[in-house]
Amino acid sequence: MSIIYMLLAISVVVALIFFVAFLVSVKEGQYDDVYTPSVRMLFEDELVKNDPEKNQPVNKVKSN
Amino acid sequence: MQVVGKMESINCFHCGEECVEEVIRYSEKSFCCTGCKTVFEILNSNDLSYYYDLENAPGISPKLREGKYDFLDNDEIIEKLLEFDHGESQIVSFTIPSIHCSSCIWILENLNKLHRAIKSSQVDFPKKKIRISFSMDELCLKELVLLLARIGYEPNISLENFEEEKKGVDRSLIYKLGVAGFAFGNIMFLSFPEYFEIREFWLEQFKHLFRWLMFSFSLPVVFYSGKDYFISAYKGLRSGLLNIDVPIALGIAVLFLRSTAEIAMDAGTGFFDSLSGLVFFLLLGKFFQQKTYSFLSFERDYKSYFPIAVTRITSENGNHSEEQVPVYKIEKGDRVIIRNEELIPMDAILIKGDASIDYSFVTGEAEPVTRLSGDRLYAGGRQQGGIIEVEALKPVKQSYLTQLWSDEVFSKDKSSAFQTLTNQISKRFTYAVLSIAFISAIFWMFYEPSKTWNVFTAVLIIACPCAIALAAPFTLGNLLRIFGRNHLYLKDATVIEQTAKIDTVVFDKTGTITTSERNSITYEGIELTEQEHELLNGSLRASNHPLSRALYKMLKKNNISTPDVFREHVGEGLETSTSDLCLKIGSAAFVKRNALVTGESDTREDQQKTSVHISANDQYKGCFSFHNAYREGLSALFEDLAKDKELIILSGDNDNERERLEKLLPASTKMFFNQKPGDKLQFVKNLQQQNKKVMMVGDGLNDAGALAQSDVGIVISEDINVFSPACDGILDARKFDKFPEYFKLSKGAISVIKWSFILSLCYNIIGLGFAVSGNLMPVVAAILMPLSSISIVGFTTLATQMLGKKLGN
Repeated sequence: MSIIYMLLAISVVVALIFFVAFLVSVKEGQYDDVYTPSVRMLFEDELVKNDPEKNQPVNKVKSN
Repeated sequence: MQVVGKMESINCFHCGEECVEEVIRYSEKSFCCTGCKTVFEILNSNDLSYYYDLENAPGISPKLREGKYDFLDNDEIIEKLLEFDHGESQIVSFTIPSIHCSSCIWILENLNKLHRAIKSSQVDFPKKKIRISFSMDELCLKELVLLLARIGYEPNISLENFEEEKKGVDRSLIYKLGVAGFAFGNIMFLSFPEYFEIREFWLEQFKHLFRWLMFSFSLPVVFYSGKDYFISAYKGLRSGLLNIDVPIALGIAVLFLRSTAEIAMDAGTGFFDSLSGLVFFLLLGKFFQQKTYSFLSFERDYKSYFPIAVTRITSENGNHSEEQVPVYKIEKGDRVIIRNEELIPMDAILIKGDASIDYSFVTGEAEPVTRLSGDRLYAGGRQQGGIIEVEALKPVKQSYLTQLWSDEVFSKDKSSAFQTLTNQISKRFTYAVLSIAFISAIFWMFYEPSKTWNVFTAVLIIACPCAIALAAPFTLGNLLRIFGRNHLYLKDATVIEQTAKIDTVVFDKTGTITTSERNSITYEGIELTEQEHELLNGSLRASNHPLSRALYKMLKKNNISTPDVFREHVGEGLETSTSDLCLKIGSAAFVKRNALVTGESDTREDQQKTSVHISANDQYKGCFSFHNAYREGLSALFEDLAKDKELIILSGDNDNERERLEKLLPASTKMFFNQKPGDKLQFVKNLQQQNKKVMMVGDGLNDAGALAQSDVGIVISEDINVFSPACDGILDARKFDKFPEYFKLSKGAISVIKWSFILSLCYNIIGLGFAVSGNLMPVVAAILMPLSSISIVGFTTLATQMLGKKLGN
């Protein structure tokens, strides 16, 4: 029955791992903006184009 | 002569607005202006047309003014704006008010396709912010801003950005909630075996380990998650206030101490499960109440409106040169250039140029006033027309308008002074609980002394007002969200409680009870001929003056004739002619000069009204007068409010609308005109000294003082993305007619809270029955406490939803 010490230790460690993961995600700001990612994931992937001209973005801005 | 027939309604492919003035066809699509077409061209040529697939007509018509961002060449300003600056990589954040849909997010996160110097960009949609990482070697900050402006996403850069402290986000509540939830779950698991109280051999063996584990889990709950309750209770007691946190802190402390004592003396399992559950639910309530509208700000002052820099003229050895300087560097005597649409940031004297100043920020009156050289100009005015040169009389912070913010109301925290319903009840509650605890302790002292301590602590534990403390946060938090869905955005939950107590409502006039659109005009004078009408339309179309645009929009357009000669006299009017007709359109002074005036005219009245005068071939014809249009449902709204509230109109304008208002509004409405921003503040203060609970309803910076002074300050906004002054709530102007409903709902919320109090008192009485009789088992506490909390949450949620239905959304 002393296996229960082992199990307790494991369960607390696992719980602590998830808890630390939660703290890290809060600290990194994952909960600051909970809306935009939900929109972003719906954007379609773009087709890769092999046209070399198009790969050079055109500088549309000229200073006044 | 070019004749354009009446057009059918065509909507712009880019911005979705109806093409009123012209239709530009390009690549089989229609656009309302060249701006929109240009954006389409830019996006199309860079393979970004997916923008138009995401949403229908998502664009914003770009409005770019020459030289507006010249100040971004100034190194000091660049340094202040950049968030990160090292070598080749720079990071900058902007607020872009026009972000509104998923297309916006997509295009702004694909900026790197428009310019190779942009490395990446990320949008925070709720805050309407974008964070761009780019390289200044290839693209300077000014070019970046211009790039954004050119595709319709003009960032808002104001004096506020210049002063902004880089402050971190406060996430402590999430941490505390996380810690409490984590501990709550684990303690529940660990205390589960003992709930059944089976005297089993192995359980007896392990229970000490289980109990001490629970103890260690409860430590962060008490000393970290629950610390705010101790601090608040201490502060309350020190100022002689028995707030709700006093019994809560007492409950937490007693729970912790008794449980520790129990497990130390091997007398029982303790109440660690109830303790962590209590803190977790309380924090959940706090979290729920904290509904924030991150895209709105309720703390704005003049700095959000004022420019970050101005053009100063320096003359050395007779050489004039212009330079961009931060506005705080402007000192008395400096010469400054103000361009069209720019704000005058300090009190000044006009030196050169035709000033036509729109003081709508200061007075609420949108009509530009003409000023001549040598006249005094006040900070907050916006120049409309050509370039003017002014000499500063005072530095920015000492100007007339900005001085308003040195008034003490702006540094006072309004909500701290307010006694909430929960705190009112907690005083009586605390006394009652303490006396029950003492009385039952004294009883047991004589009856069975060994149980005295047990009963005393049990009463304090079970009476911990968890449910009472949750009633208000959940009711008000729910209502806050319901209001938000109905376009009334409140700063926090106490505003609802304050609103329920209001007995006097003060309205500003211009912009608050009137719409900003001028949608009614009258014409007085000699009837215009068909030919004159056509030329008038043609001339107005060519002019960019706001009055011309407004008039053009409202006139009937059968035919339009384009003038051969067109001259615009800035600040005066237009002079246009075809071969046989010459029109003068503009101010009374301009039109009547050299004109034959038939009939008498009242000059006093001419000046007071906003009007456009017209003469044809030097024969004075008449004038178009604009009327402020009052918001729809205004009369009904005032009638409704007047039943139980005192209504006052406090206007910065002159009193020429008094008669019209008197007809529209109930007779009990008081009206005061010609009130300066400082007067409005003082007026509200006087009302409060007569023990009135005042709500101020305003719209502009001129109301800022009164909004801050009042018990509840509400700003009416035509476009909630446009900044409004510091206030307690922002109401979308389209919902103005619903205004009385919000009062009713606030009052309803107060009764919901009161009913919840009664409900939670019932639970307390049941619990006290266990406690006083001396047989409070940990499992009873562990069931009763969450049960009462959850049923309160359920009750308040249902009740507020019922209330919300009345709003009929």
